[in-house]
Amino acid sequence: MSEGAPVNAPETLHEVTLVVNGVRRSGSVPARRTLSDFLRHDLRLTGTHVGCEHGVCGACTVLLEGEPVRSCLLLAVTVDGAEVTTVEGCCRGDGSLGAVQQAFQECHGLQCGFCTPGFVTTITAYLRDHPDPDEPAAREAIAGNLCRCTGYQNIVASVLRAAELRRREGA
Amino acid sequence: MKPAPFIYHRPESLPDALAVLAEVGERGKVLAGGQSLLPLLAMRLASPEHLVDVNRVPGLDGVTVEPEGVRVGALARHTRVERDGPAAEALPLLRQALRHVAHPTIRNRGTTVGSVVHADPSGEMTAVLVLCDGEVVLARQDGERRVAAPEFFVGPLESAVAPGELATSVLFRRPGGRTGSAWHEVSRRHGDYAVCGVGALVTLDDDRRVVGARTAYVSMGDTPAVLDLVDAVGGAPADGADWAAAGRLAAGRLRPDADIHASAGYRSHLAQVLTARALREAAGRATGVPEAA
Repeated sequence: MSEGAPVNAPETLHEVTLVVNGVRRSGSVPARRTLSDFLRHDLRLTGTHVGCEHGVCGACTVLLEGEPVRSCLLLAVTVDGAEVTTVEGCCRGDGSLGAVQQAFQECHGLQCGFCTPGFVTTITAYLRDHPDPDEPAAREAIAGNLCRCTGYQNIVASVLRAAELRRREGA
Repeated sequence: MKPAPFIYHRPESLPDALAVLAEVGERGKVLAGGQSLLPLLAMRLASPEHLVDVNRVPGLDGVTVEPEGVRVGALARHTRVERDGPAAEALPLLRQALRHVAHPTIRNRGTTVGSVVHADPSGEMTAVLVLCDGEVVLARQDGERRVAAPEFFVGPLESAVAPGELATSVLFRRPGGRTGSAWHEVSRRHGDYAVCGVGALVTLDDDRRVVGARTAYVSMGDTPAVLDLVDAVGGAPADGADWAAAGRLAAGRLRPDADIHASAGYRSHLAQVLTARALREAAGRATGVPEAA
């Protein structure tokens, strides 16, 4: 099989427009640009973190049309026109911490913080669909995200605390 | 860890997609959900010259219950199939197994047909398709063909899809009679690759005696193995069959490989235990299936 286009050939650029956290953003990128790199390099939204870059760690999780997906496993060009929510969009309207972010702060749900953006987006979508999880459900909800500081106990506590905060706010 | 450059195509109709695939032939690769392809591209285990993104092709995302079974279109995401009530009612095994396919975040994007075409012997959908006597519809510019499941899986990560072809749908056949199903697997974490996974179909007669007992496996060889175990339990009452004997029979017939996750011996042990467990559960469910079904 052929080994792809010649290395030095100029790559064709594709115009990609997304609505990111409610704001229309565009960039001109090669087709091989992943959504995670598009967000970070082209749109300068560095809240989305790239860990393993092959779909295992979950750090790059963003919400695509509201549903959590691995942004490292999507090409930006393939989701042209879509609505994306990143960790930067998981705050309140006035820019203060959202319920999930606040819960992470209160429960010490992060240590180094590298994995946190993926957890925050995943949990935000999970609690929208399952507002009242018990402890095993909270643990299952984050099973696809890795934390190498081994902070899972506090992350599970953060899920439950965020659910409580949301209920209190009538969210 | 970045994909190599490729020429990107985004056809917006099925004829356009098939025309592009015919043109690029073996230099091209189809992109649907991409949850297996993107890691291969990122690690440069694959570097196709052309990528044909079919995500904008209309009419391929259906999940429909037909008289024969459940038909799943090429762009139906796992989550969509998993949540489909009529599909789960017609073929409960589909939902039972889909819950073990990776993590929900991956299922939101990955497609059921894509995981069949990827032909990873640890992919649950390969075993379900074989167990259900399913088939894959392969379209090309000048026609289409249907390939039955056992012939479809040629080897690890190798399917019968030829250059220029697009798998437009798969049919999971609904088992006849009073049949129950179950899926059991062991993995390090829920959502990880199975160390061993077993799907089971048990069919009972009007007196609730076992007349059919079939199983299919993931991570137990190069292609999804399917076994007929009726010799061990045929004729026995559903609530008193020797499922452990069926488990031993299965383990004796499987030839798993060892890898970093498990020895061959441990896999065989799991197959024995999980086979008995899945068959017993499937038989229990079959008992509750009305005769007319």
